[in-house]
Amino acid sequence: MRGETATAAPAAGDALSGGFADPARDGAAAFRAVLSAMAHPGRIERLAGAAPPAGISPAAGALMLALADAETPVWLPERLAGGPVAEWLRFHTNAPAAAGRSAAAFALGRWEELVPLADYPAGCPSYPDRSATLVVDLPALEGGPALTLSGPGLAAPARFAPMLPAEAAAALAENAARFPLGVDVCFAAADRVAALPRSTRLEG
Amino acid sequence: MSGHENASGAAGAEAYNFAYLDEQTKRMIRRAILKAVAIPGYQVPFASREMPMPYGWGTGGVQVTAACLTAEDRLKVIDQGADDTTNAVSIRKFFERTAGVKTTEETEQATIIQTRHRIPEAPLAEGQIMVFQVPIPEPLRFLEPRETETRKMHALEEYGLMHVKLYEDISVHGHIATTYAYPVLVEGRYVMDPSPIPKFDNPKLDDSPALMLFGAGREQRIYALPPHTRVQSLDFEDHPFDRGHWDEDCALCGDAGSYLDEVITDDAGGRIFVCSDTAHCRARRQAGHAGAASAPYEEAGA
Repeated sequence: MRGETATAAPAAGDALSGGFADPARDGAAAFRAVLSAMAHPGRIERLAGAAPPAGISPAAGALMLALADAETPVWLPERLAGGPVAEWLRFHTNAPAAAGRSAAAFALGRWEELVPLADYPAGCPSYPDRSATLVVDLPALEGGPALTLSGPGLAAPARFAPMLPAEAAAALAENAARFPLGVDVCFAAADRVAALPRSTRLEG
Repeated sequence: MSGHENASGAAGAEAYNFAYLDEQTKRMIRRAILKAVAIPGYQVPFASREMPMPYGWGTGGVQVTAACLTAEDRLKVIDQGADDTTNAVSIRKFFERTAGVKTTEETEQATIIQTRHRIPEAPLAEGQIMVFQVPIPEPLRFLEPRETETRKMHALEEYGLMHVKLYEDISVHGHIATTYAYPVLVEGRYVMDPSPIPKFDNPKLDDSPALMLFGAGREQRIYALPPHTRVQSLDFEDHPFDRGHWDEDCALCGDAGSYLDEVITDDAGGRIFVCSDTAHCRARRQAGHAGAASAPYEEAGA
Protein backbone atom coordinates (compact mmCIF):
# COMPACT_ATOMS: atom_id res chain seq x y z
CA MET A 1 0.00 0.00 0.00
CA ARG A 2 1.64 3.09 -1.22
CA GLY A 3 2.02 5.33 1.75
CA GLU A 4 -0.18 3.59 4.32
CA THR A 5 2.70 2.06 6.21
CA ALA A 6 4.41 5.02 7.80
CA THR A 7 6.96 3.19 9.89
CA ALA A 8 8.51 5.27 12.65
CA ALA A 9 12.02 6.48 11.91
CA PRO A 10 14.57 4.25 13.63
CA ALA A 11 16.61 5.47 16.56
CA ALA A 12 20.23 6.29 15.77
CA GLY A 13 22.22 3.11 15.17
CA ASP A 14 19.12 0.95 14.94
CA ALA A 15 19.59 -1.11 11.79
CA LEU A 16 16.76 -3.49 12.60
CA SER A 17 13.74 -1.20 12.22
CA GLY A 18 12.52 0.82 9.26
CA GLY A 19 11.94 -2.06 6.88
CA PHE A 20 8.69 -2.88 5.06
CA ALA A 21 5.86 -3.64 7.50
CA ASP A 22 4.52 -6.22 5.03
CA PRO A 23 7.37 -7.27 2.68
CA ALA A 24 5.18 -8.89 0.02
CA ARG A 25 2.59 -6.12 -0.35
CA ASP A 26 4.88 -3.15 0.32
CA GLY A 27 7.49 -4.63 -2.04
CA ALA A 28 4.87 -5.02 -4.77
CA ALA A 29 3.67 -1.43 -4.35
CA ALA A 30 7.25 -0.13 -4.36
CA PHE A 31 8.08 -2.09 -7.51
CA ARG A 32 5.02 -0.76 -9.30
CA ALA A 33 6.05 2.81 -8.45
CA VAL A 34 9.53 2.18 -9.87
CA LEU A 35 8.10 0.35 -12.90
CA SER A 36 5.79 3.26 -13.66
CA ALA A 37 8.68 5.70 -13.26
CA MET A 38 10.88 3.64 -15.57
CA ALA A 39 8.08 3.21 -18.15
CA HIS A 40 7.30 6.96 -18.11
CA PRO A 41 10.69 8.70 -17.96
CA GLY A 42 10.62 11.85 -15.86
CA ARG A 43 7.26 11.09 -14.24
CA ILE A 44 7.33 11.51 -10.47
CA GLU A 45 5.85 8.62 -8.47
CA ARG A 46 5.28 8.18 -4.74
CA LEU A 47 7.54 5.50 -3.24
CA ALA A 48 7.10 4.96 0.51
CA GLY A 49 7.02 2.26 3.16
CA ALA A 50 10.66 2.37 4.26
CA ALA A 51 12.34 4.39 7.00
CA PRO A 52 16.09 4.13 6.45
CA PRO A 53 18.60 5.87 8.76
CA ALA A 54 19.64 9.45 7.93
CA GLY A 55 21.86 9.56 4.86
CA ILE A 56 19.48 8.27 2.19
CA SER A 57 15.90 9.23 1.34
CA PRO A 58 12.92 7.03 2.28
CA ALA A 59 12.26 6.55 -1.46
CA ALA A 60 15.81 5.32 -2.09
CA GLY A 61 15.47 3.02 0.93
CA ALA A 62 12.18 1.58 -0.35
CA LEU A 63 13.67 1.04 -3.81
CA MET A 64 16.56 -0.93 -2.32
CA LEU A 65 14.24 -3.00 -0.11
CA ALA A 66 12.12 -3.84 -3.15
CA LEU A 67 14.93 -4.73 -5.55
CA ALA A 68 18.23 -5.49 -3.80
CA ASP A 69 19.15 -8.88 -2.35
CA ALA A 70 22.05 -11.30 -2.00
CA GLU A 71 22.43 -11.41 -5.81
CA THR A 72 22.98 -7.67 -6.24
CA PRO A 73 26.25 -6.08 -5.10
CA VAL A 74 25.58 -2.51 -3.94
CA TRP A 75 28.16 0.26 -4.24
CA LEU A 76 28.06 3.01 -1.61
CA PRO A 77 30.16 6.17 -1.47
CA GLU A 78 32.54 6.74 1.43
CA ARG A 79 29.91 8.85 3.22
CA LEU A 80 27.60 5.83 3.55
CA ALA A 81 29.93 2.81 3.44
CA GLY A 82 30.50 1.34 6.91
CA GLY A 83 27.86 3.62 8.47
CA PRO A 84 24.29 3.08 9.65
CA VAL A 85 22.90 3.12 6.09
CA ALA A 86 25.24 0.30 5.03
CA GLU A 87 24.31 -1.63 8.16
CA TRP A 88 20.59 -1.09 7.53
CA LEU A 89 20.86 -2.24 3.91
CA ARG A 90 22.86 -5.27 4.95
CA PHE A 91 20.31 -6.33 7.55
CA HIS A 92 17.19 -5.75 5.46
CA THR A 93 18.37 -6.80 1.98
CA ASN A 94 21.41 -9.04 2.59
CA ALA A 95 23.03 -7.32 -0.41
CA PRO A 96 26.83 -7.63 -0.46
CA ALA A 97 29.01 -4.53 -0.75
CA ALA A 98 30.30 -4.21 -4.33
CA ALA A 99 34.06 -4.69 -4.63
CA GLY A 100 34.15 -1.53 -6.74
CA ARG A 101 31.97 0.53 -9.02
CA SER A 102 32.62 -1.85 -11.92
CA ALA A 103 31.10 -4.72 -9.89
CA ALA A 104 27.93 -2.89 -8.81
CA ALA A 105 24.37 -3.94 -9.65
CA PHE A 106 23.11 -0.92 -7.71
CA ALA A 107 24.90 2.26 -6.69
CA LEU A 108 23.33 4.57 -4.16
CA GLY A 109 24.29 8.12 -3.20
CA ARG A 110 24.29 11.75 -4.31
CA TRP A 111 25.00 12.71 -7.91
CA GLU A 112 28.46 14.13 -7.16
CA GLU A 113 29.38 10.98 -5.23
CA LEU A 114 28.30 8.67 -8.05
CA VAL A 115 29.75 10.29 -11.19
CA PRO A 116 31.25 9.47 -13.65
CA LEU A 117 28.54 7.15 -15.02
CA ALA A 118 31.06 5.36 -17.24
CA ASP A 119 32.56 3.70 -14.13
CA TYR A 120 29.60 1.30 -13.77
CA PRO A 121 28.77 -1.83 -15.74
CA ALA A 122 26.97 -0.81 -18.93
CA GLY A 123 26.34 -4.33 -20.22
CA CYS A 124 27.89 -5.78 -23.37
CA PRO A 125 26.43 -5.84 -26.89
CA SER A 126 25.12 -9.40 -26.44
CA TYR A 127 23.80 -8.77 -22.92
CA PRO A 128 23.06 -5.06 -22.43
CA ASP A 129 20.91 -5.95 -19.39
CA ARG A 130 24.04 -6.77 -17.36
CA SER A 131 24.27 -3.16 -16.33
CA ALA A 132 24.04 -1.14 -13.14
CA THR A 133 21.06 0.79 -11.84
CA LEU A 134 21.99 4.07 -10.14
CA VAL A 135 19.85 5.43 -7.32
CA VAL A 136 20.58 9.14 -7.04
CA ASP A 137 19.40 11.03 -3.97
CA LEU A 138 18.51 14.62 -4.78
CA PRO A 139 17.24 17.55 -2.69
CA ALA A 140 14.14 17.66 -4.94
CA LEU A 141 12.85 16.23 -8.21
CA GLU A 142 11.57 19.62 -9.38
CA GLY A 143 12.96 23.13 -9.52
CA GLY A 144 16.31 22.32 -11.12
CA PRO A 145 17.61 23.01 -14.63
CA ALA A 146 15.05 21.74 -17.15
CA LEU A 147 15.81 18.72 -19.31
CA THR A 148 13.70 17.87 -22.36
CA LEU A 149 13.09 14.16 -22.65
CA SER A 150 11.94 12.06 -25.59
CA GLY A 151 11.90 8.38 -26.50
CA PRO A 152 10.05 5.24 -25.42
CA GLY A 153 7.51 5.91 -22.65
CA LEU A 154 6.83 9.45 -23.81
CA ALA A 155 3.99 10.38 -26.17
CA ALA A 156 5.54 13.81 -26.69
CA PRO A 157 8.75 15.47 -25.49
CA ALA A 158 8.45 16.00 -21.72
CA ARG A 159 10.07 18.42 -19.30
CA PHE A 160 11.94 17.07 -16.28
CA ALA A 161 13.76 19.40 -13.90
CA PRO A 162 15.41 17.51 -11.03
CA MET A 163 17.80 19.42 -8.74
CA LEU A 164 20.88 18.24 -10.64
CA PRO A 165 24.03 20.24 -11.36
CA ALA A 166 24.04 21.81 -14.85
CA GLU A 167 26.76 19.48 -16.13
CA ALA A 168 24.61 16.41 -15.39
CA ALA A 169 22.66 16.87 -18.63
CA ALA A 170 25.76 16.17 -20.72
CA ALA A 171 26.62 13.06 -18.67
CA LEU A 172 23.07 11.70 -19.02
CA ALA A 173 23.03 12.46 -22.76
CA GLU A 174 26.34 10.64 -23.14
CA ASN A 175 24.86 7.64 -21.31
CA ALA A 176 21.82 7.65 -23.61
CA ALA A 177 24.07 7.84 -26.67
CA ARG A 178 25.55 4.45 -25.74
CA PHE A 179 22.15 2.73 -26.17
CA PRO A 180 21.59 -0.23 -25.99
CA LEU A 181 24.47 -0.16 -23.50
CA GLY A 182 24.42 2.18 -20.53
CA VAL A 183 23.20 2.51 -16.96
CA ASP A 184 19.64 3.25 -15.85
CA VAL A 185 19.17 6.05 -13.35
CA CYS A 186 16.51 6.43 -10.66
CA PHE A 187 16.23 9.78 -8.88
CA ALA A 188 14.91 9.87 -5.32
CA ALA A 189 13.92 12.72 -3.02
CA ALA A 190 11.93 12.27 0.22
CA ASP A 191 9.18 9.79 -0.74
CA ARG A 192 9.27 10.50 -4.46
CA VAL A 193 11.01 8.69 -7.31
CA ALA A 194 11.57 9.36 -11.03
CA ALA A 195 13.71 7.54 -13.56
CA LEU A 196 15.71 8.00 -16.73
CA PRO A 197 16.27 4.68 -18.48
CA ARG A 198 19.12 4.63 -21.00
CA SER A 199 16.55 4.73 -23.82
CA THR A 200 15.54 8.31 -22.99
CA ARG A 201 17.05 10.95 -25.26
CA LEU A 202 17.88 14.37 -23.83
CA GLU A 203 17.57 17.58 -25.80
CA GLY A 204 18.35 21.20 -25.06
CA MET B 1 10.97 -13.60 7.03
CA SER B 2 8.74 -16.57 6.19
CA GLY B 3 6.39 -15.63 9.02
CA HIS B 4 5.92 -12.17 7.52
CA GLU B 5 5.39 -13.51 4.04
CA ASN B 6 2.83 -16.09 5.09
CA ALA B 7 0.95 -13.51 7.09
CA SER B 8 0.55 -11.35 4.01
CA GLY B 9 -1.21 -14.11 2.10
CA ALA B 10 -4.19 -13.80 4.43
CA ALA B 11 -6.57 -12.53 1.75
CA GLY B 12 -5.77 -15.46 -0.53
CA ALA B 13 -4.68 -19.04 0.07
CA GLU B 14 -3.19 -18.96 3.57
CA ALA B 15 -0.29 -21.30 2.96
CA TYR B 16 1.17 -19.25 0.11
CA ASN B 17 3.00 -15.96 -0.09
CA PHE B 18 1.10 -13.06 -1.69
CA ALA B 19 0.83 -13.84 -5.44
CA TYR B 20 2.34 -17.32 -4.97
CA LEU B 21 6.03 -16.61 -5.71
CA ASP B 22 8.53 -16.07 -2.91
CA GLU B 23 9.94 -12.57 -2.48
CA GLN B 24 13.44 -13.40 -3.71
CA THR B 25 12.03 -14.78 -6.97
CA LYS B 26 9.83 -11.72 -7.40
CA ARG B 27 12.81 -9.38 -6.92
CA MET B 28 14.78 -11.30 -9.58
CA ILE B 29 11.85 -11.06 -12.01
CA ARG B 30 11.26 -7.39 -11.15
CA ARG B 31 14.88 -6.51 -11.88
CA ALA B 32 14.58 -8.31 -15.24
CA ILE B 33 11.36 -6.41 -16.05
CA LEU B 34 12.99 -3.05 -15.28
CA LYS B 35 15.96 -3.82 -17.56
CA ALA B 36 13.51 -5.01 -20.24
CA VAL B 37 11.65 -1.68 -20.02
CA ALA B 38 14.93 0.23 -20.25
CA ILE B 39 15.96 -1.68 -23.42
CA PRO B 40 12.71 -1.99 -25.43
CA GLY B 41 12.51 -5.16 -27.52
CA TYR B 42 15.62 -6.78 -26.02
CA GLN B 43 15.14 -10.22 -24.42
CA VAL B 44 16.37 -10.27 -20.80
CA PRO B 45 17.29 -13.75 -19.48
CA PHE B 46 15.69 -14.62 -16.13
CA ALA B 47 15.72 -17.62 -13.81
CA SER B 48 12.25 -18.94 -14.65
CA ARG B 49 10.72 -21.07 -11.89
CA GLU B 50 8.67 -24.22 -11.93
CA MET B 51 5.03 -23.18 -11.71
CA PRO B 52 2.04 -25.30 -10.74
CA MET B 53 1.08 -25.65 -14.43
CA PRO B 54 2.85 -27.14 -17.43
CA TYR B 55 5.11 -25.19 -19.77
CA GLY B 56 3.02 -23.92 -22.64
CA TRP B 57 0.18 -22.94 -20.33
CA GLY B 58 1.53 -19.49 -19.63
CA THR B 59 4.21 -20.01 -17.00
CA GLY B 60 6.15 -16.99 -18.25
CA GLY B 61 3.11 -14.74 -18.22
CA VAL B 62 2.07 -16.01 -14.80
CA GLN B 63 5.47 -15.20 -13.33
CA VAL B 64 5.45 -11.69 -14.80
CA THR B 65 1.89 -11.13 -13.53
CA ALA B 66 2.82 -12.46 -10.08
CA ALA B 67 5.78 -10.07 -9.92
CA CYS B 68 3.59 -7.10 -10.92
CA LEU B 69 0.39 -7.68 -8.94
CA THR B 70 -0.49 -5.47 -6.00
CA ALA B 71 -3.47 -6.06 -3.75
CA GLU B 72 -5.32 -3.18 -5.46
CA ASP B 73 -5.06 -4.54 -9.00
CA ARG B 74 -7.97 -5.81 -11.06
CA LEU B 75 -6.89 -8.69 -13.28
CA LYS B 76 -8.28 -9.83 -16.63
CA VAL B 77 -7.03 -13.04 -18.25
CA ILE B 78 -7.76 -13.99 -21.85
CA ASP B 79 -6.87 -16.95 -23.99
CA GLN B 80 -7.17 -16.30 -27.76
CA GLY B 81 -9.48 -13.41 -26.87
CA ALA B 82 -11.80 -15.44 -24.66
CA ASP B 83 -12.25 -14.95 -20.91
CA ASP B 84 -13.96 -18.31 -20.42
CA THR B 85 -11.55 -20.91 -21.80
CA THR B 86 -9.73 -23.38 -19.54
CA ASN B 87 -6.38 -21.60 -19.53
CA ALA B 88 -7.89 -18.17 -18.82
CA VAL B 89 -10.23 -19.44 -16.11
CA SER B 90 -7.53 -21.41 -14.28
CA ILE B 91 -5.00 -18.55 -14.31
CA ARG B 92 -7.67 -16.11 -13.12
CA LYS B 93 -8.64 -18.45 -10.28
CA PHE B 94 -4.97 -19.01 -9.44
CA PHE B 95 -4.50 -15.30 -8.72
CA GLU B 96 -7.88 -14.92 -7.02
CA ARG B 97 -6.71 -17.56 -4.57
CA THR B 98 -3.03 -16.69 -4.14
CA ALA B 99 -3.20 -12.88 -4.35
CA GLY B 100 -6.80 -12.21 -3.39
CA VAL B 101 -7.07 -9.72 -6.25
CA LYS B 102 -10.31 -8.72 -7.92
CA THR B 103 -10.83 -9.96 -11.46
CA THR B 104 -12.88 -8.72 -14.37
CA GLU B 105 -13.79 -9.53 -17.94
CA GLU B 106 -14.13 -5.88 -18.94
CA THR B 107 -11.00 -4.65 -20.72
CA GLU B 108 -11.65 -1.08 -19.56
CA GLN B 109 -11.87 -2.13 -15.87
CA ALA B 110 -8.63 -4.14 -15.81
CA THR B 111 -5.31 -2.77 -14.54
CA ILE B 112 -3.38 -5.88 -15.59
CA ILE B 113 -4.41 -8.06 -18.55
CA GLN B 114 -2.64 -11.37 -18.99
CA THR B 115 -3.14 -12.65 -22.50
CA ARG B 116 -2.45 -15.67 -24.61
CA HIS B 117 -2.21 -14.62 -28.26
CA ARG B 118 -4.58 -11.65 -28.54
CA ILE B 119 -4.80 -7.94 -27.78
CA PRO B 120 -8.35 -6.88 -26.79
CA GLU B 121 -10.45 -4.92 -29.29
CA ALA B 122 -11.23 -2.14 -26.81
CA PRO B 123 -8.49 0.50 -26.90
CA LEU B 124 -6.01 0.18 -24.04
CA ALA B 125 -5.45 3.08 -21.66
CA GLU B 126 -2.52 4.66 -19.86
CA GLY B 127 -1.72 2.82 -16.65
CA GLN B 128 -2.79 -0.58 -17.95
CA ILE B 129 -0.25 -3.41 -18.16
CA MET B 130 -0.55 -6.12 -20.81
CA VAL B 131 1.25 -9.38 -19.95
CA PHE B 132 1.81 -11.66 -22.95
CA GLN B 133 2.44 -15.40 -22.71
CA VAL B 134 5.28 -16.22 -25.08
CA PRO B 135 6.27 -19.70 -26.32
CA ILE B 136 9.36 -18.87 -28.45
CA PRO B 137 10.67 -15.36 -27.69
CA GLU B 138 13.47 -15.39 -30.27
CA PRO B 139 12.15 -14.17 -33.66
CA LEU B 140 15.26 -15.52 -35.38
CA ARG B 141 15.11 -18.98 -33.78
CA PHE B 142 13.65 -20.88 -36.75
CA LEU B 143 16.19 -19.23 -39.04
CA GLU B 144 19.19 -19.77 -36.74
CA PRO B 145 18.93 -22.40 -33.99
CA ARG B 146 22.06 -21.40 -32.06
CA GLU B 147 21.48 -18.95 -29.19
CA THR B 148 25.12 -17.80 -29.40
CA GLU B 149 24.51 -16.74 -33.02
CA THR B 150 21.12 -15.06 -32.49
CA ARG B 151 22.64 -13.09 -29.58
CA LYS B 152 25.33 -11.84 -31.98
CA MET B 153 22.78 -11.05 -34.67
CA HIS B 154 20.82 -8.85 -32.24
CA ALA B 155 24.03 -7.25 -30.96
CA LEU B 156 25.12 -6.39 -34.52
CA GLU B 157 21.60 -5.52 -35.76
CA GLU B 158 22.13 -8.24 -38.36
CA TYR B 159 18.54 -8.81 -39.44
CA GLY B 160 19.04 -9.54 -43.13
CA LEU B 161 18.02 -13.17 -42.62
CA MET B 162 14.57 -12.12 -41.43
CA HIS B 163 14.04 -10.02 -44.53
CA VAL B 164 15.17 -12.95 -46.70
CA LYS B 165 12.56 -15.11 -44.95
CA LEU B 166 9.80 -12.58 -45.68
CA TYR B 167 11.09 -12.22 -49.26
CA GLU B 168 10.93 -16.00 -49.74
CA ASP B 169 7.29 -15.85 -48.61
CA ILE B 170 6.64 -13.40 -51.42
CA SER B 171 8.54 -15.44 -54.01
CA VAL B 172 6.63 -18.61 -53.10
CA HIS B 173 3.16 -17.28 -52.22
CA GLY B 174 3.08 -13.88 -53.90
CA HIS B 175 2.60 -12.18 -50.53
CA ILE B 176 4.04 -12.31 -47.00
CA ALA B 177 2.38 -15.48 -45.70
CA THR B 178 3.28 -15.00 -42.03
CA THR B 179 -0.04 -14.47 -40.25
CA TYR B 180 0.84 -14.65 -36.56
CA ALA B 181 3.99 -13.96 -34.50
CA TYR B 182 4.67 -11.46 -37.29
CA PRO B 183 8.09 -9.89 -36.53
CA VAL B 184 8.34 -6.23 -35.55
CA LEU B 185 11.14 -3.68 -35.31
CA VAL B 186 11.19 -1.84 -31.97
CA GLU B 187 12.33 1.80 -31.93
CA GLY B 188 14.38 1.08 -35.06
CA ARG B 189 16.74 -1.16 -33.08
CA TYR B 190 15.62 -4.65 -31.98
CA VAL B 191 13.63 -7.14 -34.06
CA MET B 192 11.09 -8.68 -31.68
CA ASP B 193 8.58 -11.51 -31.68
CA PRO B 194 5.25 -10.00 -30.59
CA SER B 195 4.22 -13.50 -29.33
CA PRO B 196 1.78 -15.50 -31.48
CA ILE B 197 -0.80 -12.71 -31.69
CA PRO B 198 -2.43 -12.49 -35.14
CA LYS B 199 -0.76 -9.90 -37.37
CA PHE B 200 -4.17 -8.16 -37.17
CA ASP B 201 -3.14 -7.06 -33.65
CA ASN B 202 0.35 -5.82 -34.62
CA PRO B 203 -0.75 -2.20 -35.25
CA LYS B 204 -2.09 -2.07 -31.67
CA LEU B 205 1.49 -2.46 -30.37
CA ASP B 206 2.66 0.77 -31.98
CA ASP B 207 2.47 3.89 -29.81
CA SER B 208 0.17 2.12 -27.32
CA PRO B 209 -0.54 4.06 -24.10
CA ALA B 210 -0.27 0.77 -22.14
CA LEU B 211 2.89 -0.94 -20.91
CA MET B 212 3.46 -4.29 -22.66
CA LEU B 213 5.41 -7.04 -20.87
CA PHE B 214 6.28 -10.39 -22.46
CA GLY B 215 7.16 -13.51 -20.43
CA ALA B 216 8.54 -16.78 -21.81
CA GLY B 217 8.73 -19.35 -18.99
CA ARG B 218 10.30 -22.36 -20.69
CA GLU B 219 12.70 -20.17 -22.70
CA GLN B 220 13.45 -17.98 -19.65
CA ARG B 221 13.14 -14.58 -21.28
CA ILE B 222 11.34 -11.34 -20.42
CA TYR B 223 11.00 -8.39 -22.77
CA ALA B 224 8.96 -5.24 -22.87
CA LEU B 225 7.48 -2.37 -24.83
CA PRO B 226 7.13 0.81 -22.76
CA PRO B 227 4.11 3.00 -23.57
CA HIS B 228 4.38 5.04 -26.78
CA THR B 229 7.15 2.91 -28.25
CA ARG B 230 7.57 2.86 -32.04
CA VAL B 231 6.75 -0.67 -33.25
CA GLN B 232 6.88 -1.32 -37.01
CA SER B 233 5.83 -4.60 -38.61
CA LEU B 234 8.60 -5.65 -41.02
CA ASP B 235 7.69 -5.28 -44.69
CA PHE B 236 8.92 -4.10 -48.08
CA GLU B 237 8.16 -0.87 -49.96
CA ASP B 238 6.41 -2.81 -52.73
CA HIS B 239 4.80 -5.28 -50.29
CA PRO B 240 3.63 -3.10 -47.40
CA PHE B 241 2.35 -4.72 -44.20
CA ASP B 242 -1.31 -5.69 -44.38
CA ARG B 243 -3.21 -6.62 -41.21
CA GLY B 244 -5.74 -8.74 -43.14
CA HIS B 245 -9.51 -8.53 -43.36
CA TRP B 246 -12.63 -10.68 -43.55
CA ASP B 247 -15.43 -10.63 -46.09
CA GLU B 248 -17.80 -11.54 -43.20
CA ASP B 249 -19.00 -9.60 -40.16
CA CYS B 250 -19.33 -11.20 -36.72
CA ALA B 251 -22.37 -13.49 -36.87
CA LEU B 252 -23.32 -12.65 -33.30
CA CYS B 253 -22.72 -8.92 -32.91
CA GLY B 254 -22.33 -7.79 -36.51
CA ASP B 255 -18.96 -6.08 -35.93
CA ALA B 256 -17.15 -5.56 -39.23
CA GLY B 257 -13.88 -4.46 -37.64
CA SER B 258 -12.90 -7.06 -35.05
CA TYR B 259 -10.77 -10.20 -35.27
CA LEU B 260 -12.99 -13.19 -36.15
CA ASP B 261 -12.80 -16.90 -35.33
CA GLU B 262 -14.28 -19.47 -37.72
CA VAL B 263 -16.79 -21.78 -36.01
CA ILE B 264 -17.99 -24.97 -37.74
CA THR B 265 -21.73 -25.40 -37.14
CA ASP B 266 -22.64 -28.73 -38.78
CA ASP B 267 -21.34 -31.65 -40.85
CA ALA B 268 -22.38 -30.08 -44.13
CA GLY B 269 -19.76 -27.36 -44.32
CA GLY B 270 -21.84 -24.82 -42.46
CA ARG B 271 -19.80 -22.20 -40.60
CA ILE B 272 -20.04 -18.80 -39.01
CA PHE B 273 -17.47 -16.19 -38.05
CA VAL B 274 -17.62 -14.71 -34.56
CA CYS B 275 -15.54 -12.20 -32.58
CA SER B 276 -12.49 -13.75 -30.96
CA ASP B 277 -12.74 -11.13 -28.16
CA THR B 278 -15.69 -12.47 -26.12
CA ALA B 279 -15.94 -9.45 -23.82
CA HIS B 280 -16.08 -7.09 -26.82
CA CYS B 281 -18.74 -9.22 -28.54
CA ARG B 282 -20.90 -9.45 -25.40
CA ALA B 283 -20.68 -5.71 -24.80
CA ARG B 284 -21.85 -5.04 -28.36
CA ARG B 285 -24.77 -7.49 -28.09
CA GLN B 286 -25.70 -5.95 -24.74
CA ALA B 287 -25.78 -2.60 -26.49
CA GLY B 288 -28.26 -3.97 -29.02
CA HIS B 289 -26.00 -4.86 -31.95
CA ALA B 290 -26.90 -8.08 -33.75
CA GLY B 291 -25.36 -10.25 -36.42
CA ALA B 292 -26.76 -12.65 -39.02
CA ALA B 293 -26.91 -15.65 -36.67
CA SER B 294 -27.77 -14.01 -33.37
CA ALA B 295 -30.79 -14.59 -31.17
CA PRO B 296 -32.01 -11.62 -29.10
CA TYR B 297 -29.50 -10.91 -26.30
CA GLU B 298 -30.26 -12.38 -22.89
CA GLU B 299 -28.24 -12.16 -19.70
CA ALA B 300 -26.77 -15.51 -18.69
CA GLY B 301 -29.20 -17.34 -16.39
CA ALA B 302 -32.07 -14.94 -17.22
